[in-house]
Amino acid sequence: MGENLLEIKDLYANAENKEILKGINLTIKKGEIHVIMGPNGSGKTTTANAILNHPMYQKPKGEIFFEDENITNLKTDEIARKGIFMSFQLPEEIPGVSVTNFLKYAKNKTTGKSVKVFEFRDELKKYMEELKMDPKNMERSLNVGFSGGEKKKNEILQMLVLNPKLAILDETDSGLDVDAIKTVSKGIEMFKNEQNSVLIITHNTKILHSLKVDFVHVLVDGRIVKTGSQELAREIEENGYGEYKKRLIDKSQPTEQSCFLPISHFIKR
Amino acid sequence: MSKTNIDEINRNIYDFKNKDEYDFKIKKGLTKEIIEEISLQKNDPDWMFELRLKALEVYNKLELPTWGPDLSELDMNEIATYVRPKSKLNNSWEDVPEDIKNTFDKLGIPEAEKTSLAGVGAQYDSEVVYHSMKKELLDQGVIYTDMETAVREYPELVKTHFMKCVPVYDHKFVALHAAVWSGGSFVYVPKGVKVDIPLQSYFRLNSPESGQFEHTLIIVDEGASLHFIEGCSAPKYNKVNLHAGCVELYVKDNSYLRYSTIENWSKNMLNLNTKKAIVGKNAKMEWVSGSFGSKISMLYPMSILNGEGAKTEFTGISFAGKGQNLDNGFKVVHNAQNTASVVNAKSISKNGGKCTYRSLVRIGEKAKHSKSSVSCESLMLDDISVSDTIPVNDIQTDEVEFSHEAKIGKISDKTIFYLMSRGLSEEDAKAMIVRGFAYPISKELPVEYAVEMNNLINLELEGAIG
Repeated sequence: MGENLLEIKDLYANAENKEILKGINLTIKKGEIHVIMGPNGSGKTTTANAILNHPMYQKPKGEIFFEDENITNLKTDEIARKGIFMSFQLPEEIPGVSVTNFLKYAKNKTTGKSVKVFEFRDELKKYMEELKMDPKNMERSLNVGFSGGEKKKNEILQMLVLNPKLAILDETDSGLDVDAIKTVSKGIEMFKNEQNSVLIITHNTKILHSLKVDFVHVLVDGRIVKTGSQELAREIEENGYGEYKKRLIDKSQPTEQSCFLPISHFIKR
Repeated sequence: MSKTNIDEINRNIYDFKNKDEYDFKIKKGLTKEIIEEISLQKNDPDWMFELRLKALEVYNKLELPTWGPDLSELDMNEIATYVRPKSKLNNSWEDVPEDIKNTFDKLGIPEAEKTSLAGVGAQYDSEVVYHSMKKELLDQGVIYTDMETAVREYPELVKTHFMKCVPVYDHKFVALHAAVWSGGSFVYVPKGVKVDIPLQSYFRLNSPESGQFEHTLIIVDEGASLHFIEGCSAPKYNKVNLHAGCVELYVKDNSYLRYSTIENWSKNMLNLNTKKAIVGKNAKMEWVSGSFGSKISMLYPMSILNGEGAKTEFTGISFAGKGQNLDNGFKVVHNAQNTASVVNAKSISKNGGKCTYRSLVRIGEKAKHSKSSVSCESLMLDDISVSDTIPVNDIQTDEVEFSHEAKIGKISDKTIFYLMSRGLSEEDAKAMIVRGFAYPISKELPVEYAVEMNNLINLELEGAIG
């Protein structure tokens, strides 16, 4: 495979003075699909937000490189314009801004040039058909009154239109039925080529049934504890995260014999 | 051009000033002699002269309002109430003097006339300098002219309607208006005539330390329809200017009137305007209002639903920045059965600006089976801005449907992060959210005005971050 697209080096991240990421190392090369899996509260969404430099998170240590450029402290919109896209777990609603106008505006901003109206419309129409989206949604306010599934498809639509170099999909598959997950996988396949990469963040393995990935990373308590192939996802599907969590407890709390996890592992941030 | 502070940068499309040149400017102040002089200058008929003098008496008797924004900085001894521009009334732009014509060119008025209007009026300081209407409307008996011409040429129509919808004693600034009024537009749409393309009057106040007191009188006769647009702006001076216009609308049985306003007075303006409509049986009155400028604004358009089945809608937005106190709202009185009112009011405040929504809904005893629904929404862009809602609801009969909904909000950091992750700068993200918030209002405006409103929003938001 090709050269490095994203490189995360020993990244630490805090939110509200609580340490969440405790030394993440991750390299994504051009053309690869990576998956980060982990139980609730392990730091998956924080990883995505930290890459995009969400102002709510502090990064006391570590660096993030994108195409060999240090982007650790760039503003979110600058990072987006470098070619990183994030599909949100809970996409925001923007009343009064239609999906079409929003996409046109965002495309202009990310590419720095004006889109051609008719080409853009045709492109949009094609993607929407593939994603089985109701064409009426184009003129509705962005995400306002959309069902959970419609919102997620809308994120995939944005990914296709904005055509980033790296797409981070944060829990895009959660809350979707089997058909919708297949549609999302199809969207990812449409997007994917030799030059771009995808980072899928998920707490379950459903999406991996219909999508072939290159690497699976297991994230527990702010650290990547294991990296493997698609096979690793299958193992987790069968056995859960118990083994990884237990190992962690054994390490961090050697005196305590209980196999119960501290409550903080189950609190969703 | 002098720019007083950073906030004013880029207002220059509105802020250009012409030299204070005039044909006649009355001395500052408000006395009987001054009123007599104005009346003489304007060559009033006797009834109008008497009305002015009576109004001055009423003005002197009435107190300043004790509620709402503080008006103590207004000193009528420092305001010239009549400034006649160096131009007579023209019906061709070619004949309007160069600097005045350039003013309206910059504001896009002649261009809009060519592309999207059926008629245009343009007032500069106290007098209308241009008036014109498409011939087809003339042939159908539509009258659209300046108020002075109407007083002269349609005395009966004017006499029976002038200051009858808004009585002289309504409040202090109505009395002031009646005493010194000058300029404005008169429209009469005959029975059954539908005017499909809007008419527009634009009011520009150039002269410093002066006031504009235009009078707009519109009569839409039975079964007729009209869309009237009013635009206003002024350059900024250091001392206060005053605007106390008066709008009287007669919406007769089965007729329809939409009255749209984009107000962008400069931020030294006290805008104390009065607008009222009397709505007949099964008639419909729609107000669309965008309020951006002014230091202080007190503006509460009012619909009086006198005919059975009469309807009214108010769609309005106020945008208050630093040093602005916009006390705007809407009043409706339901006087007959099966009447309906719908209010959709929004406000945006930033940089310490204050927006108040002040309203009245009165449903009288006779107004059984009437409906009223009021929704007001405020958006504050920072922690130092203020937003307030002061509704008065006076419902005198049980058999009505009434709802009032108020929401106050801020732009969430999550939403900004979401938009920034799509490549929008923080400034772009805020502007997009605000434009979206204002969209239900801007979509009601003619396209050019919607564009102007979005430009105003962008302008207001520049430098607002951080």
